[in-house]
Amino acid sequence: MTATLAESATPESGTPDLAPKRSRNKQKLVLSTSQRKGLRLSRALLWPALIVSIAVTQVPFLVTIFYSFQKWNLLRPGQREFAWFDNYVTVFTGGEFLSSLLATVVITGTSVVLSVVFGLILAVLLDRKFVGQGLARTLLITPFLMMPAAAALIWKWSMLDANVGMVNWGLSLIGLDAVQWNTNFPALTVIMVLTWQYTPFMMLILLAGLQSQPGEVLEAASVDGAGPVRRFFTMTLPHLRQYIELATLLGGIMLLQVFDPIAIMTRGTGGTKTLSYLLYERAFVGLEIGEAAAYGVITVLLTIIVATVALRLLFKIFSNEGTRS
Amino acid sequence: MSTSVKAPVLRRKKPLRLRAGSAALTTITWVITLGFFFPVAWMVFTSFKTEKAAATFPPTFVTELTLDNFTKVLDRGFGDYLLNSLMASLGSTLIVLVLAIPAAYALSIRPIFKATDALFFFISTRFMPIAAAIIPIYLLLQTMGLLDNISALSVLYVGMNLPLAVWMMRSFFSEVPLEIVEAAQIDGAKFFTELFRVVMPLVAPGIAAAGLICFIFSWNEYFLANLLTSTYARTTPPFLGSFVDGRGQFLAVLSAAATLAVLPVVIAGWAAQKRLVRGLAMGAIK
Repeated sequence: MTATLAESATPESGTPDLAPKRSRNKQKLVLSTSQRKGLRLSRALLWPALIVSIAVTQVPFLVTIFYSFQKWNLLRPGQREFAWFDNYVTVFTGGEFLSSLLATVVITGTSVVLSVVFGLILAVLLDRKFVGQGLARTLLITPFLMMPAAAALIWKWSMLDANVGMVNWGLSLIGLDAVQWNTNFPALTVIMVLTWQYTPFMMLILLAGLQSQPGEVLEAASVDGAGPVRRFFTMTLPHLRQYIELATLLGGIMLLQVFDPIAIMTRGTGGTKTLSYLLYERAFVGLEIGEAAAYGVITVLLTIIVATVALRLLFKIFSNEGTRS
Repeated sequence: MSTSVKAPVLRRKKPLRLRAGSAALTTITWVITLGFFFPVAWMVFTSFKTEKAAATFPPTFVTELTLDNFTKVLDRGFGDYLLNSLMASLGSTLIVLVLAIPAAYALSIRPIFKATDALFFFISTRFMPIAAAIIPIYLLLQTMGLLDNISALSVLYVGMNLPLAVWMMRSFFSEVPLEIVEAAQIDGAKFFTELFRVVMPLVAPGIAAAGLICFIFSWNEYFLANLLTSTYARTTPPFLGSFVDGRGQFLAVLSAAATLAVLPVVIAGWAAQKRLVRGLAMGAIK
């Protein structure tokens, strides 16, 4: 995961401002004693963090790859053997993989898109002076601070419950019938909670983007007779583009691994069995270590693909805009 | 956003149509805001209701309030879970700070070869789904007898939060004017003097923001805590998750437990929101 992502990401991202620095470093290969000392110090400062990071995340992943080639069920510890790609064959022919992939794509994709759209609307609404602006922002970031386990429980039992839920009460006020959210629309309930939790995060990033927009340019456009709608679509939105893409990328990566609301609200029923939940079930309920490890490796590969594709698109746009201006 | 000095004068000249539009936008903003906040407000309100009132449909907005639910939750040992959460989150955040401050310093003030590579490596470790590492970690902890152990959980949280902290702090450290650092070096400041006396006071708010975000993520973490703890080291999120057994009346007690669980982080987040916002946005953008 790491190596690929770092290698694929660095060249593009490095091109505009970092590449010159590196070539300068290459020219300075003959270092003075004090420079050498500084370099050694820098490395010494960096190593502890790097080592801990590698030990806690990267080494276990390598072991996971190793496990994924083994036939190993914890109930039959004596029968552990090397099985090459058997686990991967099981994964791809077992029938659960495709539905799980679909669940992951649907839940992650919908939640990311919805929270970016709502985040954008809220950021635009908040980016103007009005009564109680600070208080409104404070209230709006609260869902992001909420413990996901608490949020899932409150939504399940207090908001979306079929009998006493507030959402159904709201629907009854406008004359609609009660909906059995959790039973009949499990994927939708998960998406609602995720969107509610991640919209503030998207809003924060996009608000930072809006506030970094130079005001004079907008004013000039306004003097030239551009209305607010036109200014938004021709100037603000292009300026926000990189922020929107970044929010999408970060949101996608965070939501790909989402687990809590699924474990708490639906337990993987009704099209909510995402890859990470399936892995959990295989490993800790089915005790199939080898097969679960294969799911882990596949999940990482998919994350790399998504992240790399997204990063490439992202940085291509960055460098294009760099050359245009 | 275009607030120039002349803005008030211009605003007074605004036609009525524009002012009406502005009022409408403000109203829309507040309606959406209150809608978003409603589940939280309702949770807090429900936590003070009696179980009977909490389970009433249609919902009651005026009812007798009680503290019973909080007493009940604490009687069920909720305080222990909160304490476990506090220890795991605080412990991991402190270790993260000790490791991340030097690393961020090295990456921003003393740029070295391949600084960007190192940085991207950090970020990408955060991108790896934790599910991909959990099986070996679980088996290792089981072999070592470290399941259900707060320290083991804290170390994993360090691995989880360290990249984020380095990433955020680096962007704060990068704002320190290099002249200040160089001046200190010329004055003969040794490295530790330079770091603790010169640089750290300047970036203290950024360090606090990064620490707070690490604390929040550890406090809210469910997956690892659920798998790796059971009795003694159980933290709040998995306890909450197993709280509801689906029998009888529980909504008020559940709301009280959830309110207690989210309160520390929500209040801290509100108090530090400016820095939090800046830290998250900058960590993400720069």
